[in-house]
Amino acid sequence: MSVLMPMDKLPGLNKATILLVGTEDALLQQLADAMLQEDCASELQVHLAKSLPLPSNGSRPRIDLIVFVINLHSKYSFQNVEECLCHVDSRFFLGKLCFLASGAGRESHCSVHQSMVVKLAHTYRSPLLFCDLEVESFRASMAQRLVRMLQICAGHVPGVSALNLLSLLRSSESPSLEEL
Amino acid sequence: MEETVAEFLRRTILKIPMYEMMTILKAWDFFPEEQLQTVNFQQRKEQLALDLVLLCEKKSASLNDVALLDIIYTQARRNHKVWDVFQMSEEPDDDVNLFDMEQFKSSFKETLQRALRNVTVSFRNAEENAIWIRVAWGTQCSKPNQYKPTYVVYYPQTPYAFASLSTLKSTVPLLGQALKMASNHHQIMKMDLRSRHLDSLKAIVFKQYNQVFENHNSTKPLQERNLGQNRNVDPRLIHENTVEKERIQRITEETFGDYPQPQLEFAQYKLETKFKSDINRSILAEREEPLRCLVKFSSPHLLEALKSLAPAGIADAPLSPLLTCIPSKRKNYFKIRDK
Repeated sequence: MSVLMPMDKLPGLNKATILLVGTEDALLQQLADAMLQEDCASELQVHLAKSLPLPSNGSRPRIDLIVFVINLHSKYSFQNVEECLCHVDSRFFLGKLCFLASGAGRESHCSVHQSMVVKLAHTYRSPLLFCDLEVESFRASMAQRLVRMLQICAGHVPGVSALNLLSLLRSSESPSLEEL
Repeated sequence: MEETVAEFLRRTILKIPMYEMMTILKAWDFFPEEQLQTVNFQQRKEQLALDLVLLCEKKSASLNDVALLDIIYTQARRNHKVWDVFQMSEEPDDDVNLFDMEQFKSSFKETLQRALRNVTVSFRNAEENAIWIRVAWGTQCSKPNQYKPTYVVYYPQTPYAFASLSTLKSTVPLLGQALKMASNHHQIMKMDLRSRHLDSLKAIVFKQYNQVFENHNSTKPLQERNLGQNRNVDPRLIHENTVEKERIQRITEETFGDYPQPQLEFAQYKLETKFKSDINRSILAEREEPLRCLVKFSSPHLLEALKSLAPAGIADAPLSPLLTCIPSKRKNYFKIRDK
């Protein structure tokens, strides 16, 4: 079973690579375009994948941040992410991985309940972000946020590491989540 | 002209939208071109209708003339009606009968008139050899209701007819009988196929939907076509699953073909199956009788929507054969039972 490793390669100079994983290519593509439009001191690379494991490719750079995109309107996208999680090395869960749930705005179209993604994120101790990727303004601000997170995870922000960021994000969660 | 016929004419004219009025009146061919030029088409429709009725009265328009106008109006608006499909069959040892249009028409009319004294039956030939039949139903003692007619489109020399059934359900068996007898067939039955789009139904029934258009680039290999679409791709953006994407494209194309799909609005599955569950002991699983449930998929263009499911990442390819067999099995109503 091939597993994605966070530290199996040397980092590229000033390079930051993000991997977006999700079933709906259109959503991933739009988010990727929004991220690449951001002004960023680091050299960005965005990889899009439908699922893991990734096809073997020696020239792929080190992945600094994985974002699992779940469309709340599609049970299929949720199941896909659940299945992909076993192909990720546990060290990614130390701040180099997060979940992104899209589509919460249209409640009537949601077939995945919000509590399911909350539980998933809690199980894997990783941050959960909500963003309606279909709305351009929300997508743009999420893209900005992800670029900043990526820079931290790639080690380009002095004094802040991925683990720091993780504990910062976690402390802002409501205590009731710990009871899940 | 009788009052009821005049009223029927007036109401039919009022149904026609102004931008189609000239085309439909010309197709009706009741007025010569010069007379049409004298009519004021700039006035309000209600007044125009009254003017046209007056002109028709002078020319003694008959009920049949007005029925013909109704057919022409419906032909222009065929997608506003819901069409069912009927299939007829002959006795295996019957000789192939040569089709006689006049004989068909008179036999059809006679069968209906023998059963119900009051029916209005009108015919109009259309493109590709089709006959449009309009039937207004009455009873033994009441006059036909011109506002709830049934339309039938019959293709001679094929065993198929498409019917837009009126709300009077009791007329269906008689209609079937008349069609059967007039076309020299032994049996008639309704297919499990229904849609508003008459042309799509025709394409499905006559298996004409898989014709590739001449200028379509079906000879270019799949990869080239996909790469051609990604003209301005940012080199910082990398797709990891190109092999998977190509597989999905290939399967979708194998299943649905290169051509535009016929247009259907829904597919309905009636399930009568026993409950199947992974959990061993559950109340539903122990139930002896089958569960009855109805699943209906609706869409403005169902088959195109199904075709786009796998490429959009909403479903896995290949799709269930229950969904993909719709055009080839010529049905969009299914009954599923345990084997």
